Amino acid sequence: MSYRRLLPAALALALALPAGAAELTGTLKKVKESGTITLGHRESSIPFSYYDDQQHVIGYSQEFMLHAVDAVKKDLKLAKLDVKLLPVTSQNRIPLVENGTVDLECGSTTNNLERQKQVDFSTTIFVIGTRLLVRKDSGIKDFPDLAGKNVVTTAGTTSERLLRKYNEEHKLGMKIISAKDHGESFLTLETGRAAAFMMDDALLYGELAKAKRPGDWVVVGKPMSREAYGCMLRKGDAPFKKVVDAAITRLMTSGEAAKIYAKWFQHPVPPKGLNLNFPLSDDMKALFAHPNDKALD
Amino acid sequence: MNYHWNWGVFLARTPSGESTYLGWLLQGLWWTVALSLAAWALALLLGTIFGVLRTVPGRWLPGLGAAYVELFRNVPLLVQLFSWYFVMPELLPRAWGDAIKQLDPMLQQFLAAWLCLGTFTAARVAEQVRAGIGSLPRGQRAAGLALGLTLPQTYRHVLLPMSFRIIVPPLTSEFLNVFKNSAVASTIGLIELSRQSQQLVDYTAQPYEAFIAVTLLYLLVNVVVMGGMRWVESRSRVPGFIGSK
Repeated sequence: MSYRRLLPAALALALALPAGAAELTGTLKKVKESGTITLGHRESSIPFSYYDDQQHVIGYSQEFMLHAVDAVKKDLKLAKLDVKLLPVTSQNRIPLVENGTVDLECGSTTNNLERQKQVDFSTTIFVIGTRLLVRKDSGIKDFPDLAGKNVVTTAGTTSERLLRKYNEEHKLGMKIISAKDHGESFLTLETGRAAAFMMDDALLYGELAKAKRPGDWVVVGKPMSREAYGCMLRKGDAPFKKVVDAAITRLMTSGEAAKIYAKWFQHPVPPKGLNLNFPLSDDMKALFAHPNDKALD
Repeated sequence: MNYHWNWGVFLARTPSGESTYLGWLLQGLWWTVALSLAAWALALLLGTIFGVLRTVPGRWLPGLGAAYVELFRNVPLLVQLFSWYFVMPELLPRAWGDAIKQLDPMLQQFLAAWLCLGTFTAARVAEQVRAGIGSLPRGQRAAGLALGLTLPQTYRHVLLPMSFRIIVPPLTSEFLNVFKNSAVASTIGLIELSRQSQQLVDYTAQPYEAFIAVTLLYLLVNVVVMGGMRWVESRSRVPGFIGSK
């Protein structure tokens, strides 16, 4: 194709004319100049962002993030874009985005008003409810049943905050354990240290998929909150946010997002090849029909 | 970087309303200090025992001392902590393991962290004790025995009083290390100082204030410890030996 041949020439021309269509700023400028973009991902947020058994980063959010990167590449008309992946935790993800180490983080990060003071969020990619994972024969059906019990949740999550507040307000006398990541939380539950694990329902289904005997566990309880997951980016970087938002919105309105959803929540996923069987919720249907970047709290 | 500084955040009330964020930090500081002091006591006790064992005559007892030191010094601290917390209860008889796991989580975390830090630091203290004893002239041991003291008496009245006074400076840095190493306890969920700072970040989204405050608190603790140990050092100097004036 002759167009292909023309591309390098066009690029050279574009580079020779620095003041092109519009002056680049913020992340886009940085990406253009360095030819690299650093993405933040999670290590054990199944099925959103995690390592498979070859230590590749995979997951629902990861696919959205890669689509966004493609859009950035296209927007900047870059022939080649180096993608650096950096694992982040619940605790360091916000500082890493803020201080410029990470340009974009799509994992399982809730978009809330508190966090919006420090970072911006893209169009929402997922909506979850916070619920409980318990042993089937434990007799725990809902949050009030947790009185006096040990309950584990992951440090630095909105669940931790909600659970502490709920415990305080209802004087339930729960002992709350804050584990380092979702994997460790589930280990705490599985070894009998805690009677229940409170977390975002989709992640609970993901942990269930890792269990030695998935049949022993069940997700219960009326959701204590609904939360919107978004990709995090630096505050006040409107041009970059616009490119990322457009990419995500396009996936949703084109029906591509529904396919990605089915792939990760309704088909067998690594590491154990288990199907999470997590049906598309009404919240998710509404989101796909009307993509937005609103926080739900 | 358009960061929104807010130092007043420490006086704001926490969402559960029971204290301020500063109160959280001080609570974390309390756990850090309690854990470190308890671990240091254990480390001194075990370290002295195994350090002495490494210097006694014979084959088996020094071997035992060496085995202890190599085991605890050569395995990463974090791995040791996870072993104490996650693996140990599974290795005990089922009923014991379950009993441990039903304890108050904070107590479980504290115990695991205490054993971990105490035994780890003990290996390092043992080496200092051994070095201290080794630095004494060989005549001291011989003189003690020649006076008719038994071997334990020689250690108790001659060798250990001398060697402990010589090793105060290296022990100071081990003591400081205990405080810094205590931060690993945050990985199993103990809400000590560094964990509180992370919690502060989560709740307030003001990471820099939180990390700066915690850095200053660790510094404060270590300056106090250093001052205390300097005082001990000046009071316990042995005239005519290293470090004396």
